[in-house]
Amino acid sequence: MLTPLVKERPHLTTLASPPAVPKTAGRMRLRTRWTGWGFVGPFMAVFALVFLAPIAYSLWLSLFQTQLVGGTTFVGLDNYARVLADPQFWDGTGRVALFLLVQVPVMLGISLLVALAIDSGRLYGRDFFRLAIFLPYAVPGVVAALMWGFMYGERFGLVGNFNDLFGTSIPDPLSSALVLPAIGNIVTWEFVGYNMLIFYSALRVVPTSLYEAAEIDGAGPWRVITAIKLPAIRGALVVATIFSIIGSFQLFNEPSILQPLSPNYISTHYTPNLYAYSLSFSGQQYNYSATVAIVMGVLTMIVAYVVQLRGMRKEA
Amino acid sequence: MTIRHHRAVGAFAAAGALALALTACGSGSDGGDAAETVSPEDISAALEEGGDLLVWAWEPTLDKVVEDFEAEYPNVNVELANVGTGNDHYVALQNAISAGSGVPDVAQMEYYALPQFSIGGSLADLAPLGASELDGTYSPGPWGAVTDGDAVYGLPMDSGPMALFYNAKTFEDAGVEVPATWDEFVTAAEKIHAFDKNTYITADNGDAGFATSMIWQAGGHPFEVSGTDVTVNLADEGSAKFADMWQQLLDDDLVADVPAWSDEWFQGLGSGEIAALVTGAWMPANLESGAAPASGDWRVAPMPQWTEGSNETAENGGSALSVTEASTKKALAYGFLEYANAGDGVATRLEGGNFPATLADLEDEKFLAEESEYFGGQKINEVLSASATGVVPGWQYLPYQVYANSVFPDTVGQAYTGSTSLSDGLAAWQDSIVKYGNEQGFTVGE
Amino acid sequence: MSNVLMTAPTVRPKKAPPRLRNRRSSHARPTRSILLTVLTALIGIYALIPLVWLLINATKTQPDLFSSFGLWFSGDFALWDNIVGVLTYDGGVFGRWFLNTLMYVVLGAGGATLLALLGGYGLAKFDFPGKRAVFAVVIGAVAVPGTALAVPTFLMFANMGLTNTPWSVIIPSLISPFGLYLMWTFAADAVPDEIMEAARLDGASEARTFFQVCLPMMAPGIVTVLLFTVVATWNNYFLPLIMLRDPSWYPLTLGLNAWNAQATTAGGEAIFNLVIAGSLLTILPLIVAFLLLQRYWQSGLAAGSVKE
Repeated sequence: MLTPLVKERPHLTTLASPPAVPKTAGRMRLRTRWTGWGFVGPFMAVFALVFLAPIAYSLWLSLFQTQLVGGTTFVGLDNYARVLADPQFWDGTGRVALFLLVQVPVMLGISLLVALAIDSGRLYGRDFFRLAIFLPYAVPGVVAALMWGFMYGERFGLVGNFNDLFGTSIPDPLSSALVLPAIGNIVTWEFVGYNMLIFYSALRVVPTSLYEAAEIDGAGPWRVITAIKLPAIRGALVVATIFSIIGSFQLFNEPSILQPLSPNYISTHYTPNLYAYSLSFSGQQYNYSATVAIVMGVLTMIVAYVVQLRGMRKEA
Repeated sequence: MTIRHHRAVGAFAAAGALALALTACGSGSDGGDAAETVSPEDISAALEEGGDLLVWAWEPTLDKVVEDFEAEYPNVNVELANVGTGNDHYVALQNAISAGSGVPDVAQMEYYALPQFSIGGSLADLAPLGASELDGTYSPGPWGAVTDGDAVYGLPMDSGPMALFYNAKTFEDAGVEVPATWDEFVTAAEKIHAFDKNTYITADNGDAGFATSMIWQAGGHPFEVSGTDVTVNLADEGSAKFADMWQQLLDDDLVADVPAWSDEWFQGLGSGEIAALVTGAWMPANLESGAAPASGDWRVAPMPQWTEGSNETAENGGSALSVTEASTKKALAYGFLEYANAGDGVATRLEGGNFPATLADLEDEKFLAEESEYFGGQKINEVLSASATGVVPGWQYLPYQVYANSVFPDTVGQAYTGSTSLSDGLAAWQDSIVKYGNEQGFTVGE
Repeated sequence: MSNVLMTAPTVRPKKAPPRLRNRRSSHARPTRSILLTVLTALIGIYALIPLVWLLINATKTQPDLFSSFGLWFSGDFALWDNIVGVLTYDGGVFGRWFLNTLMYVVLGAGGATLLALLGGYGLAKFDFPGKRAVFAVVIGAVAVPGTALAVPTFLMFANMGLTNTPWSVIIPSLISPFGLYLMWTFAADAVPDEIMEAARLDGASEARTFFQVCLPMMAPGIVTVLLFTVVATWNNYFLPLIMLRDPSWYPLTLGLNAWNAQATTAGGEAIFNLVIAGSLLTILPLIVAFLLLQRYWQSGLAAGSVKE
């Protein structure tokens, strides 16, 4: 439950197919059919408490309407009909879709290039870069917002300093239409190193024999990248993409932290997740908020599933 | 095993939902207990007998008040918790009330948020506990904010009669007179920005508290509430006056669109690039700590007027302490409120920089004669106290003002981005307010 | 290093375990490129500038903070004063927050790693009824935005009397779906079935097989999962914000936010200098942990390559 809020973008990986179940299902295994639950049970018990129960509760809540005056009434699927016809919900959904189409490729592209550069062995100070670029992942969101809020300041912040020095007139990223790219920049900053590490780790296990073969063929470095490295880490690329898609759909931390600095551009329905949050915390519309969360969860699953199918099919 | 567990959790979740439904029902009803009167002796007895009190507040001066209070009533143990400032605090309180557990005995309530909790039946009526006796103790603005008919839902802690805080150095450098009317204010804004393109007369990027206070001063009554009947008119004369005047400043880009309380804002206040603020009387302490570099430059003048020579002002900000309906120790809690907001606690809080809501202190010679070093030795309390006497009576907030303010940027805020006008923004705000109110079961008219 | 991360499932050929590239000893070390280094350095600068800003501004006094250029030193060098200020402000509550955070990390991240380890091992090495369902349920659940579930979770916890106690922070921290996935993939690769069979034939119980035979083989995976759960718990902000009301149970993130918000209240004292120095102190332990854990990753890699 916390995970989505923290800077772990994690769940994504779970969407990739599970590791192939080792083929040898021996007799031993049949005899101990239930032993597996002994190991998985504790996780699932806590999981049920902190994930499944709140979801079940939300499903229940989504069937009711509670008014400040008048109490609670059963409304069936009315809340769902309302979400699907709610322009504010679709405004936010459209925005995260746009974000996903632009920010995710940029971020993953940079991550991949850096991973390839570090893996190439052609860098000075390789270990330093690997750690330095990963560091932002360790910075708490509250602190990140403080830093970027300052740096984005047009009048007194770094953008202002820059304009004064060079006579440019870059508008304040937080009080203009640039606020979406500004959020994209923070997300990119936070997760470039994280994705880089995933790609880099995948590159580390490309079998040596493949390189040896390439050397014998006299392939150049670009050829090695396109013909060997990229295909070899396709799995990691798909996983990171799915990760980032879920992360985009759940975009919340960065806009919510920047909202006080840019209230007129970051509306209460800026992203679907922010909308659900505002509904329950400012408007006490718990029922409708739960419905928004469920609809968003279903949309996310559909998109992630489609991407996974496409990614895996190409591979086949 | 896991499957059984699932079921258990499911049943539990359903029980939780029911609890939510029940509390929600409860809060919809009137919530007022049969008024049984409690005498001052009963309060004293409760204080002597003692007990534990849980207080949720972020007001910093309360630390010392609690310390002194416990020294005076050794049997009372007060646990003071800061659960968040402003909205975080209301979220926590609302959650606790919904859950029906962990509700504090006493909670800080900003005046604009108080009706939301009192109409919801979450706050105790203090009149039977003796609060009606305090009529006349507080200045009219704050007292009006905590009372609803005969009911009293809190004791005012501080107040924010508005005044013009300005940086005299910037005004002097730009050769601008201190504006006494809003027309002069607009002219001064033009001159100051013409003098230096990085300097603005004030900062505003759309603040619901400021806008409603401005409408209040202009004589507007956009929100009228009677029980669950609400009338909203954000196009009345007062609202239009404010919108037309402020629109001129927005059109010519004469106010810095820096969000209040951001570090950029403090920086501008400290450097003189934000030359003035029209805000509540609680501002001096914030200027001293947040805009220290400008020490000695700032002064206070009366709030600019719509009609030259009048003294009509409004309240901005400020908060009360309230006793929750869920508290099982209302007499004891009220004893604490009285001590903190009508008794010895008042002096302690004033020393800590609070601006009083109590008439006796507002008129106190010593208080009025205090010279503020930060304000170059000016006797600022004279100006601020005078403002308290001019607060236009009859203002009401919505019974769901916390929500309304949260969507202010979505609507009126758009005027600050240049995509609409203030009057259209106010109309859009009104639409949101009406829609939400009707959804929530109020009868909202326009 | 952390070879665990790359265990993106499709990476691993299904037939034979891949031979790890052997630190390039088999082929000539490529020549280093200045151009490539400079380009990578640009990304490095991008990553580090905000951190440099934090470091520089932690040395400034409250007034200097607002009156000086952000990316250079100015005025008095007040780093030590600020640090002392952070540690002593409000009766030294920062120290309390630090200890709270430490407790949440030890119990939360430690517990999350343990549960993920057990669960991942169980999924990788056993067939049992409902295994497919476990996978489907975990995936489906994580796609629902957690922020929106905050209120239901809060109400449930309130009914159980857990709100405003450390448990309300620790219990939700115990679940790391990502950690479960990592351990699953790692256990599938790192623990050969043959060894488990051999241990069982020797008469070892399942518990004994797990603890004495399999656990050591999964050490590198454990360290990596631990790293991610530690980061997640250390930076945990939103759920404590909803669950906790008593500042004496706050973690550092919540405490810093309370300090930051303090300036926005009438009579509140602006202490941005302490917020910034406090932020620096907050991320330092994590950075140190990264550096220290990196060594384990190194050994983890070695261990991983031995398994062939």
